[in-house]
Amino acid sequence: MLAIYKRELKSYFYSPIAYVIIGLFFVFTSILFMLGNLYATSADMSGVIGTMGFLLIFFVPIITMRTIAEDRKNGTEVLLATSPVTLTSRVIGKFLAAFTVFLSITVLTMIYPLILSAYGKLSFGLLFGQYLGFILMGLAFIAVGIFASSLTENQIIAAVIGVVMLFIVWLLDAVSTSIGGFIGKVMQWISLMTRYQDFNYGDLKLSNVIYLISFAVIFIFLTIRIIDRKTMTQG
Amino acid sequence: MIEVQNLSKNYGKIQAVDNVSFKVAKGEVVGFLGPNGAGKTTTMNILTGFLPATDGIAMIDGIDVSKEPIEVKKRIGYLPEHPPIYLDMTVKEYLTFVAQLNKLDKKDYINQIRDITDIVKISDVYERLCKNLSKGYRQRVGLASALIGNPEVLILDEPTIGLDPIQIIEIRKLIKELGKEHTVILSSHILPEVSAVCERVIIINKGKIVAEDTPEKLSSTLNAASKFMITAEGDAEHITNLIKTIDGLKDVSLRSSDGKIVNMIVESNQDIDIRRELFFKLARNNIPIIEMKLMHMTLEDIFLQVTTHEEGGIA
Repeated sequence: MLAIYKRELKSYFYSPIAYVIIGLFFVFTSILFMLGNLYATSADMSGVIGTMGFLLIFFVPIITMRTIAEDRKNGTEVLLATSPVTLTSRVIGKFLAAFTVFLSITVLTMIYPLILSAYGKLSFGLLFGQYLGFILMGLAFIAVGIFASSLTENQIIAAVIGVVMLFIVWLLDAVSTSIGGFIGKVMQWISLMTRYQDFNYGDLKLSNVIYLISFAVIFIFLTIRIIDRKTMTQG
Repeated sequence: MIEVQNLSKNYGKIQAVDNVSFKVAKGEVVGFLGPNGAGKTTTMNILTGFLPATDGIAMIDGIDVSKEPIEVKKRIGYLPEHPPIYLDMTVKEYLTFVAQLNKLDKKDYINQIRDITDIVKISDVYERLCKNLSKGYRQRVGLASALIGNPEVLILDEPTIGLDPIQIIEIRKLIKELGKEHTVILSSHILPEVSAVCERVIIINKGKIVAEDTPEKLSSTLNAASKFMITAEGDAEHITNLIKTIDGLKDVSLRSSDGKIVNMIVESNQDIDIRRELFFKLARNNIPIIEMKLMHMTLEDIFLQVTTHEEGGIA
């Protein structure tokens, strides 16, 4: 697992992908921060962090698109599959590498509250909750992205599937309120966004933490099942 | 060391491997021979635990591949048809990665990698990116990665494909050398390769084993005096008619005749030696045989004969 983790992480930084993603994300969030906090002279980060969550819909699938698809395309899947490594540790190694890239993005954005703290008092408790929510949602999104990558051997298609899936998860929240009733309630319960907003408004619930982690675990499990099935049926 | 019992593999409706059974003893070098799409790669993929079998058992060192895949994978070094190399790594990084995948200790693998790179002669490209290597070098890097961890069993799928003639000779020599300490299965559709390297040949066609023996025995049993040339003194038509009365004859054709000396090719059915009968028959008719010579079948002929048998007859 460690060997795969290290290899994956290295390969992110050997290619321009990681730099481009980190750079772009930083540019977008900097604009948000300037408009939402500096120009508005507001110390409330919830707007910026809320939108950062939305940006993840597009950024995470780009981080994760290569994870499984690339190995399948280049034939390196055979190497991993015939080495004495379990499928679970293969997937988790890759998951952790993508998560590390995501974390490095997250750490970069912490420069914003740092700037704000120079000008006034920040609620670090609230900020902790917001970042916890952001990181947990990244965790769940990465699992979805890796799942998308396991469905195809084409990276671009993997990215598109990932974005679409995450978008559906995002829309679930908006649709649920307009549907209402029992179904609306269920959809709202499933929706990651409702839970993300809880974090963002400073409402820390253990159930939300558990939900997001379970969400990630389920998609990692599904990924393992998919890879297992694919090798069963394909030549 | 390797034992396969009634192995089958279906891809949907296509039967890639059909009830295949064979054994390979420790230290043997066995060649899988067969035309493209015969099921060689599929069999290898099942042996290495990459693909599950539809039916049957594959065992390495007494361990069932489907039950304890990790244990089996520890014992196998696999070189697939397309070497599974990460192009964005240098040779050094790649081999180190493979060593770590095989859970070797650092102090062990540093020496081991050095030895292996010497053996397969890739020391001069050690620091280069795999992306920039030629096909021949990539093949060797793939072979090197199969050797890491010193596995007891080596499974090599078309190991010399895409190499130049000198490299081919080198790799064959290397495989022979490796065969002294490892059990080796290699696949090929090139016959001289198999006869040069392997102690035993398994010929596969359409997912089934059609022949299995040493290259020499395969030649001799299948030859079984099935085709030979005779030179005799006499009338061509008379001799032809006499030969045609022999049981088990397949074909007789006149090669040349100068009125007195007749030269013809006689072909009998497989497994039947008609040379004695032919000799006495001609002798009784006062036709002296001046020369009778077995026409040796090469592995090439045997291969063609065995693999095209189902269509009825020899190509």
